[in-house]
Amino acid sequence: MSSIYLDHAATTPMLDCAIDAMTTALSKLGNPSSLHTPGRSVRKDIEDAREVIGREVGSLASEIIFTGSGTEANNIALKGLFWKRRAEGRNVVLISAIEHHAIIDPAQWLATHEKAEVIEIPVTNDGVIDCAFVEKFLSQRADEVALIAVMHSNNETGVLQPISELVNLAGDIPVHCDAVQSFGKVPLSFSELGLTSLTLSAHKIGGPLGIGALVLKRGIEIPALLHGGGQEREIRSGTLNTPSIVAFASAISSHQYLSDVVTKLRDYFISNVQKLLPDAILNGAKSARLPGIVNFTFPGTQSDTLLLLMDGANVSCSTGSACSAGVHEASHVLLAMGHSEKTAQSSLRFSLGASTTQSDIDYVLSVLPDVIARGRAANLS
Amino acid sequence: MKLIAAMSGGVDSAVAAARAVEAGHEVIGVHLALSANPQKYRSGARGCCTIEDSHDARRAADVIGIPFYIWDMAEEFHDGVVEDFLAEYAQGRTPNPCLRCNEKIKFAAVLDRARAMGFDGVVTGHYARTEITPEGKTLHRAIDISKDQSYVLSVLTVEQIAGAIFPLGDTTKVDIRKEAAERGLAVAEKPDSHDICFVPSGDNAGWLRDRLGSEIGPIVDQSGTKIGEHNGAYTYTIGQRKGLGLTVPTADGSPRFVLKIEPVSNTVVVGSREELAITSMKGERPVWCGPAVSATPTRGFVQIRAHGQALACTYSYDGTLLHATLDEALLGLATGQAMVIYDGDRVVGSATICETN
Repeated sequence: MSSIYLDHAATTPMLDCAIDAMTTALSKLGNPSSLHTPGRSVRKDIEDAREVIGREVGSLASEIIFTGSGTEANNIALKGLFWKRRAEGRNVVLISAIEHHAIIDPAQWLATHEKAEVIEIPVTNDGVIDCAFVEKFLSQRADEVALIAVMHSNNETGVLQPISELVNLAGDIPVHCDAVQSFGKVPLSFSELGLTSLTLSAHKIGGPLGIGALVLKRGIEIPALLHGGGQEREIRSGTLNTPSIVAFASAISSHQYLSDVVTKLRDYFISNVQKLLPDAILNGAKSARLPGIVNFTFPGTQSDTLLLLMDGANVSCSTGSACSAGVHEASHVLLAMGHSEKTAQSSLRFSLGASTTQSDIDYVLSVLPDVIARGRAANLS
Repeated sequence: MKLIAAMSGGVDSAVAAARAVEAGHEVIGVHLALSANPQKYRSGARGCCTIEDSHDARRAADVIGIPFYIWDMAEEFHDGVVEDFLAEYAQGRTPNPCLRCNEKIKFAAVLDRARAMGFDGVVTGHYARTEITPEGKTLHRAIDISKDQSYVLSVLTVEQIAGAIFPLGDTTKVDIRKEAAERGLAVAEKPDSHDICFVPSGDNAGWLRDRLGSEIGPIVDQSGTKIGEHNGAYTYTIGQRKGLGLTVPTADGSPRFVLKIEPVSNTVVVGSREELAITSMKGERPVWCGPAVSATPTRGFVQIRAHGQALACTYSYDGTLLHATLDEALLGLATGQAMVIYDGDRVVGSATICETN
């Protein structure tokens, strides 16, 4: 049997419409920076795509900067905004304790190499940032803050963050938001949120790998990371990847991700897991969450053992947390939510996508109890 | 059978996994992460603990076409192997960490976990053979005697041997490398590992000194007369001749050898070559790889180093200690090493040497 794929938060199948758009574009000649007819033709395709994506994310088309990945977009935003604001004498980078490594690591890099002071915003046991902390911090040190970065929703737990409230608290301080998990899944408007910058990634929504975007507020100029032809507002150089950009726009505008359907499947999955395994702990249970991400702690197990057993039972899922030398570390997200090292290492993330079906979920429910039982036995051995 | 293949990233374990797959088993490759802070690149003759090695293992598993996982055994390895290594040296003994790793990690922690998960056994690239006999599954030397690793496997119990699969025991190393190349495994030409994997520099004495300190103590002769000084008794090995730094010559100018290490008084005792000679040994904490040894003196062989010679002996077990009396005297034998008893090429069992005479 083919495997049941419940790791859509890692990457999700490319949509047929996106594959079609991409393959058509692959056979089309032209560098979008060229001034001749073929160049102008692919330039039009890119600008069409930019407008589509702008509409979908509630930004101006001109605010979209195409990048090679979500990670690159986060790096441009964090480093660029930091350098710009440091020139004005501000040195503090405020990030949440549950950011993806694509935010944590550039922030740490700024601390190590650029003498930034990185402050982590704590989260509640339900995985939501502590706005009271932010308010108090800003009441004392707002003048020193270069930027604030908080993700729109967490990639491990799916917990949605109060971005509007944060932007209100921030006032004039730029707020960057990594929205790669939220885009296309829940309502998201760059302009309504009042953000300075926002990160998107195509392969999380049925587009191709290797293409992302930074939405950067019109009029904000920041230093570049990649210097060269100056293609994207002089902030990101490199020949534009027309086939991927076109496929990105095709995927997001197809609206094939039906949030209500995924939410219903998710809730069915959660209630049945809780029936089968009453001691399973749903992480972020009390918070508003993305439709597709479910994170359970199974006490007395080790997640790497569970992954092996799930894979052996033809189910692809994930711990959601990073690896260090291939060894799963305790998730910094779950630790920040009050888990111990031990319980954080006993957790699995199941992420549903547009293509997930009821029979997929039923199959997973049929194998899960045995996997957990074996996982517990292996943990005791 | 459903098997876990322990894959170090070296050529042997890669071919072992491939052979197990070919034999029709359902195999999952597992690389054991044994260091809490692995180095990025391999250096010198160490072969399993770097990130580069884990990539090699993953690549081999992908080429063979089996699932691959990394199991974090750093804590178990530290507690069971590294701490034991230090404790043994601190007591003036010379331990063999590879043997301890087989006993406590590969065929204990890994095998136990594998069995609990529903697997039948563990495949490794050790050069050793097993045979199914009326008395059960027995452990034997490899065909390639120069690579034979039955010595470091002699700590396995009958129960552990039952769950151990050694697909390489019938082949020479040269042929394993050829086979790896034919199978398209990039590790075919990867150098063998020799050094202790958790001593990155290869400098055992320095590594021990950093952890056990370097307290200066006397070097004395058999009469107790001080004839020199050392900076850490545990950095010496029984039978060692070089590096003693002695300035008082013997009456006849003959060389001196380390006879004894006394950790409590931090003393190194030296003497003549003749005084090194021993003809019998006793071992504690015996493990039987088959039927237990009886009190009846039995003819066989004893091996006291990983790649040492098999020495003709008479052995017996008194219920606590394993005894072996050698046909011919042996020079220099450190306590803490394993004495492994062979009946022909079959491993009878082993014990940790606690006394020599």
